[in-house]
Amino acid sequence: MKVLVPVKRVVDYNVKVRVKSDNTGVDIANVKMSMNPFDEIAVEEATRLKEAGKVTEVVAVSAGVSQCQETLRTAMAIGADRGILVETATELEPLGVAKLLKALADKEQPQLIILGKQAIDDDSNQTGQMLAALLGWPQATFASKVVLEDGKVTVTREVDGGLETLALTLPAIVTTDLRLNEPRYVTLPNIMKAKKKPLDVTKPEDLGVDVTPRLKTLKVAEPAKRSAGITVPDVATLVAKLRTEAKVI
Amino acid sequence: MVALVIAEHDNASLKASTLHTVTAAAQCGGDVHVLVAGANAGAAAAAAAQIAGVAKVIVADAAYFADGLAENVAEQVLAIAGSYSHILAPATAYGKNILPRVAAKLDVAQISEITKVDSPDTFERPIYAGNAIATVQSSDKVKVITVRATGFDAAAATGGSAATETIGAVADVGKSAFVGREVAKSDRPELTAAKVIVSGGRGMGSGEAFKILEPLADKLGAAMGASRAAVDAGYVPNDWQVGQTGKIVAPNLYIAVGISGAIQHLAGMKDSKTIVAINKDPEAPIFSVADYGIVGDLFELVPQLVAELG
Repeated sequence: MKVLVPVKRVVDYNVKVRVKSDNTGVDIANVKMSMNPFDEIAVEEATRLKEAGKVTEVVAVSAGVSQCQETLRTAMAIGADRGILVETATELEPLGVAKLLKALADKEQPQLIILGKQAIDDDSNQTGQMLAALLGWPQATFASKVVLEDGKVTVTREVDGGLETLALTLPAIVTTDLRLNEPRYVTLPNIMKAKKKPLDVTKPEDLGVDVTPRLKTLKVAEPAKRSAGITVPDVATLVAKLRTEAKVI
Repeated sequence: MVALVIAEHDNASLKASTLHTVTAAAQCGGDVHVLVAGANAGAAAAAAAQIAGVAKVIVADAAYFADGLAENVAEQVLAIAGSYSHILAPATAYGKNILPRVAAKLDVAQISEITKVDSPDTFERPIYAGNAIATVQSSDKVKVITVRATGFDAAAATGGSAATETIGAVADVGKSAFVGREVAKSDRPELTAAKVIVSGGRGMGSGEAFKILEPLADKLGAAMGASRAAVDAGYVPNDWQVGQTGKIVAPNLYIAVGISGAIQHLAGMKDSKTIVAINKDPEAPIFSVADYGIVGDLFELVPQLVAELG
């Protein structure tokens, strides 16, 4: 059984982005880029399924600029067997990415696609659900546990107020939440091995997909600043301030 | 122009997130209809008809809508989508799960987690964990939108008298099945609806230590939350998480205990009315957003605070 794992190249988790002074976007020139953390969890989960003998091949997929090849190499260092990059300079939106992934899924015929629940740059939380709809597959988003057996996948989901468990027929889509697993530390020998794994490059046109953006970004601005308050010397002062000044208790 | 709101409910009652979404829908400029897709959801539909500003409630009732499976609810929305200029759902686990399926099938972009409606086709939404606010314009024929509750006031739950129309339910998609649910039992208010929140971070040091926050939460009638660091460390369940990848909250009072204030945590709580920070590190970033800060050992300060509240 084959698993497809889409991965996105994003500004590193630890970087505090700055809004450009002309308000056209955020400044990502010379900023450290990494794999979206939720996608790393997805690659780790697929790799564990392979190590457990439930999956035969893990294919990592990315879409975007040519540097996304680095992200795919990271996925292969974690454990993906090969990579596919859909190369384009167009700024991609979730709908466009879902269409590209559908075209690849039609070709590759995976039984399971595991994606991160959201990317930490645009915070959309859409691609997995859109892909599921386009493929006509069932979905289990925000997964904290995935059990693959007997032609179905049983997924525990993190929902408001607790956990929910769903059973999906295969093929299916799963999106990862934070606590699904802890991705392994990538070792140097595995990084070296990953360099030798196959990586195919294709283009949206080759897949017959139009990725023209649907939304126009008119402006990107700094959020309203919250000014720092005061430090109070003790608990009695704090309670007095909350009662008489803030009037919140 | 008519906007459709997908109601989040448990069949017996509406979730508060639905009320905030109705406000956003009304700001899109036309009438507001509410879809209640549920199983024996008469009570939820009746509640929807009471919301001020709702013109019509559409009810689709079938056993397989009981647990809000995304595949089924999305199909029901698509069955009536043709009549609407805007389709909105709350940006909660429920709405985020369903709405992208609707957008993809309609071949339109989704605009996620809007915090402001600038005009019927232009919306503001936070990106990069709230470090930037993007203003986006959609040229799609239908605007498909999830709504961040903290960006919009709740519509009045009573005062309306909407007409109710029952429509035929779409067929069960049948590819997914609900197995079970573990609801965290708590007498405390729900995190996203609470007026006061007491949150703990990595500084708590253990899951056991969170017990020290309970008397404080009891005194204030507060919900309990946590930073991602505390969740990652396994101290508390993930549904306590406040932040970019957890819940977005804006209570009247937010008390951050042993939370350093990572960007991704601030993204989830910086719209709170009053923020109190208790931390032993005077340089902790949380103090840059706190209205009142106390530097010191939380294990001494929290019990003192409980005592002082009387």
